[in-house]
Amino acid sequence: MTGRTLVTGVIGSDTHIVGNRILTMALEAAGYRVVSLGALTPAEEFVRAAIETAADAILVSSLYGQGELDCRGFRDRCVEAGIGDILLYVGGNLVVGKQPWPEVEKRFTDMGFDRAFPPGTRTDEVIDILARDFGARAEPVRSAS
Amino acid sequence: MSDGGHALLVDFGSTYTKLRAVDLASGRIVGTGQGPSTVTTDVTVGMEQALADLARRLGGTLPVFRHRLASSSAAGGLRMVTVGLVKELTAEAARLAALGAGAKLVGTFAYSLTAEDVTTIEDLAPDILLLAGGTDGGNSAVILENAAALSVASIRCPVVVAGNRNAATEAKRRLEAGGKPVVVTRNVMPEFGKLDLEPARDAIRAIFIDRIVHAKGIDRAAGMLDAVLMPTPAAVLDGAQLIAEGIEGQGGLGPLVVVDIGGATTDVHSVCSGEPARSGVLVHGLPEPYLKRTVEGDLGMRHNAAAIVEAVGPARIAADAGLPAERVAALLALLADEVERVPQTPDEARFDRALARAAIGLAAARHAGTVETVYAVTGPVTVQRGKDLSAVTTLIGTGGALVHADDPADLLRPALADPSAPGSLRPERPRMLLDRHYLLYAVGLLRAVDPAAALALGLNHLDTLEEGCHARHRCVS
Repeated sequence: MTGRTLVTGVIGSDTHIVGNRILTMALEAAGYRVVSLGALTPAEEFVRAAIETAADAILVSSLYGQGELDCRGFRDRCVEAGIGDILLYVGGNLVVGKQPWPEVEKRFTDMGFDRAFPPGTRTDEVIDILARDFGARAEPVRSAS
Repeated sequence: MSDGGHALLVDFGSTYTKLRAVDLASGRIVGTGQGPSTVTTDVTVGMEQALADLARRLGGTLPVFRHRLASSSAAGGLRMVTVGLVKELTAEAARLAALGAGAKLVGTFAYSLTAEDVTTIEDLAPDILLLAGGTDGGNSAVILENAAALSVASIRCPVVVAGNRNAATEAKRRLEAGGKPVVVTRNVMPEFGKLDLEPARDAIRAIFIDRIVHAKGIDRAAGMLDAVLMPTPAAVLDGAQLIAEGIEGQGGLGPLVVVDIGGATTDVHSVCSGEPARSGVLVHGLPEPYLKRTVEGDLGMRHNAAAIVEAVGPARIAADAGLPAERVAALLALLADEVERVPQTPDEARFDRALARAAIGLAAARHAGTVETVYAVTGPVTVQRGKDLSAVTTLIGTGGALVHADDPADLLRPALADPSAPGSLRPERPRMLLDRHYLLYAVGLLRAVDPAAALALGLNHLDTLEEGCHARHRCVS
């Protein structure tokens, strides 16, 4: 076990649960404790779950093209709730139509997400980057004793 | 089968001391008695009077009682404060646990307690404080901070710690350093979205028996009783559960809802899973307790009559009562002056009836879950929050307003599903029963020592107001 807790879920009025479930299973297999909120999850529910479980990161999925609207103010919500420095990832079909990925990525990092992942990202890649980001934060794992 | 003999079941209420004498072999009431509530002076005085009343009704002598059990809601009830972390999560779980234990919630707090919160808690001077916060292995900072804040507070009451297990020992240490009696029990929310309320409920009940009964002076009646087992609302919930589930060899009535309308509050209890009755419904929010009690502190026939009128609007009360609006205002003023008043004119009776219907409808709607349609890209999705009571097969009404009504079924009907409010998941076609003899608490108490007799007592004395469509002979079409 990594000793780290992650919150996952699909934000907004989005029912596409399959990719999120696969990601959740992969994260669990990688030793994370995962609080899986499932489909149709409002932004505030991610934040509440992260507070109560003292989560180390929130991984937001959005597949239906409206992620930009749903994710607006996500970091601000975290700041507001006292977990402003939590690691935030977002991934999926984040916008409608064909838009250059770097632009999309920038839009989400500007919103306060630490990383945005394009469609088709492999779970291994997420797990690698997560380990690296936690390592870079060099914060000792919260002890559960 | 029961071994026979008699049981005496006592409710030390806020106004009356009530007795029910039950024949254990038949599970029938043999007599009732009533005296004033004298908990604030000497509880035995009211008890003696109630016993004398019972003896008189039994022809002069009392049987030798095999069991003598009591519940209490006197001296303000079991006054509790709950503290959790996130309002919708552990703070809500703590609230549910306290209500399920039969408490009267006088304060609920979330997140870090401020100095003002602590002062408020000191002023409230609860009988028990329930401290939760954090899932197991989750947030421990806030529960520890709150334990430290409470440890220096002037409260003397026992604290039940039911939060993050990784912080429980330290929370206990901090509270004990401040001289607070502490009981640690399992977390009310061990994992995100999972409730485990029973250990906290049991801890609260144990403290009630060990300390509160003494603190409230009810133990003066110890020589007249075997035990004061629980707060009265907990006895009602226990009774409702037994009647729903039955015992081995004797089935109960199945999923049920109890609506108890009182002078100050309206309580609703449900015994059912509350899972969606229809398929394809997505459930959101906290899982719901199988045994759920809600208390509507703003819906009472006397102390909160004005609040009922305000909640539904005077026009609706006037229309339902068939009275002009000015008359409604005048009748309301009458009640404000005299909370003990019983209806004396036909107008007053009609007004009371409309009040009861409004309170019952609101209380049931607040207890029941809701569904709404969310339009996802893939099409509409039905999302449920709270308990789906639509398939509940039994609705039991109790409380003075119902018991004394000419048409209790009509009064109870607003608790049912309403086609004009399809989002409210209230019972659709339950059989409606009336607890005319006010014995649900007695069923709950007796259950502790003789479940078979307790079940028989409930089944024998609940009056059928209306068969539901779930009754097989009427549903076949």
